[in-house]
Amino acid sequence: MTNSVAEQAGPRAGGPPTKSAVPKRRGSTSPVTLGLVGLIGLLVVGELLPRTGLIDRAFVPPSTEIGAALAVQLGDPTFWDDVWQTVSGWALGLLIATTAAVVAGIVLGSSRFLREATASTIEFLRPIPSVALIPLAVLLFGTSLESKLLLVVYASFWPMLIQVLYGAADIDPVAYDTARVYRFTVWTRLRRLTWPTALPYVMTGLRLSAAVALILAVTSELVIGNPGLGNRVAVAQSSGAIATTYALVFITGLIGVLVNVAARLVERRALRWHQSYRAEEL
Amino acid sequence: MITAAARRAGYVFGLPIVLLALWWVGSAGSSDFYFPPLSQILERLAEQWFGTRLVDDVVPSLLRLTAGYALAAVIGIAAGVLIGLHGRLRNLLEPVMELFRAIPPPLLVPIVMVLFGIENTMKIAVIAFGCVWPILLNTVEGVRAVDEVQSDTARIYQITGVARLRRLVLPAAGPQIAAGLRQSLSVAIILMVISELFAATDGLGFAIVQAQRTFAIPDMWAGMLVLGLIGFLLSLLFRFVEDRSLAWYHGLRRSQRDS
Repeated sequence: MTNSVAEQAGPRAGGPPTKSAVPKRRGSTSPVTLGLVGLIGLLVVGELLPRTGLIDRAFVPPSTEIGAALAVQLGDPTFWDDVWQTVSGWALGLLIATTAAVVAGIVLGSSRFLREATASTIEFLRPIPSVALIPLAVLLFGTSLESKLLLVVYASFWPMLIQVLYGAADIDPVAYDTARVYRFTVWTRLRRLTWPTALPYVMTGLRLSAAVALILAVTSELVIGNPGLGNRVAVAQSSGAIATTYALVFITGLIGVLVNVAARLVERRALRWHQSYRAEEL
Repeated sequence: MITAAARRAGYVFGLPIVLLALWWVGSAGSSDFYFPPLSQILERLAEQWFGTRLVDDVVPSLLRLTAGYALAAVIGIAAGVLIGLHGRLRNLLEPVMELFRAIPPPLLVPIVMVLFGIENTMKIAVIAFGCVWPILLNTVEGVRAVDEVQSDTARIYQITGVARLRRLVLPAAGPQIAAGLRQSLSVAIILMVISELFAATDGLGFAIVQAQRTFAIPDMWAGMLVLGLIGFLLSLLFRFVEDRSLAWYHGLRRSQRDS
């Protein structure tokens, strides 16, 4: 499985500040500083292009206008309601999907027969785009929370399931035989053997699922119209509030960054004991 | 040998056949408006989707998907190689790219609609814009991780320019680029459908939502099946291409695992 290849190393932290100790070569700025310069550069370019008329500001408002619209949003209690709707739908869907996927993955993964019998079905169901479920979700649940959850759960279930299946199949044969010889109960074997083996895979799955779940939560709000940030973007756009639209998209991007960072922190914490998890090739 | 093949076939087709049979039997006499009998759905599928709709809706969708995805691949790989080879440029742009990547791509539809109108250009731009980030970031990461010994060897032999790209950088980054392309493929399908839900006159997403709005429920189910089938076939196609072009890599991994 090449999922580990998909892993992104985050922006490299620049290590401990060594500025005073080691005089730096001229021009070798730390990555953090350069990154900040990049972000500021984005803002400046976003300000200058519309101001100078290179881009029509009716389509791309200057950064300061977007910033002003952002400030208005931050002061609006209904904005925070929408943030809460999006985040809670994301969290609940992710929780349901990961729980179901971990249970299903460990059950299916611990038996060779079940694994082989379900492989083709999983391979067929997994690539079905979750947006195919939108019409069904609308018909069954309208704009209630359930329609959002249906999309989020379906989309984030598969990456997790696949990872858990790989993890549960990865058990060291010697450790497995040892556990059998010592007559571990099923429960002990799961706790002491299967779970620790699968945990690195579960964490990779969690990171993938968390990102997908946010995409589908926002998509559902945008398309179906459940309350949330996606719906707020749709409303802002259709009422011609372009700066607000950009501001909201920016905020959603920030939430996405937070989700990625949080998933990585959880991964690091949960796998502190697992020395080789970074170098491991799945 | 024959029993082994039969066993394999049993494993591959057993459960899907059982599930389909359950669906068929379970829905046979269904009078539930939202869950019509499977026989009826398949009838609509054969009638509509393998007839006029194939040309009118599926083909335009797939063309837009291909155009947007190809555009994203070209831009993502080209920019990714450039950024990956220059450390300071990478440090400069990394947070910006991470931010853009974290924006849920469907949210770009309203913005791109403002920029490009509602025609084909908009849909292709949405697909390309959403797909480019996973490809770009994975390419950067893959290029960055080129083996140092190989890189130094190339330098000593004065392999530079195009030869260096072709012989060293692209093969070394290949597996990671493929991972980015795979991630983007599912994003592309999502965006293909989403972009057709706004102000479209043809396409798969349009046809399915049209069916849902007019309460043509069997048509809607048939459309969902077609969409699922397309997702499945595209991922098969992707794996086929990937296996062929990265055969050396998978072979290497296998031999490393076995030793």
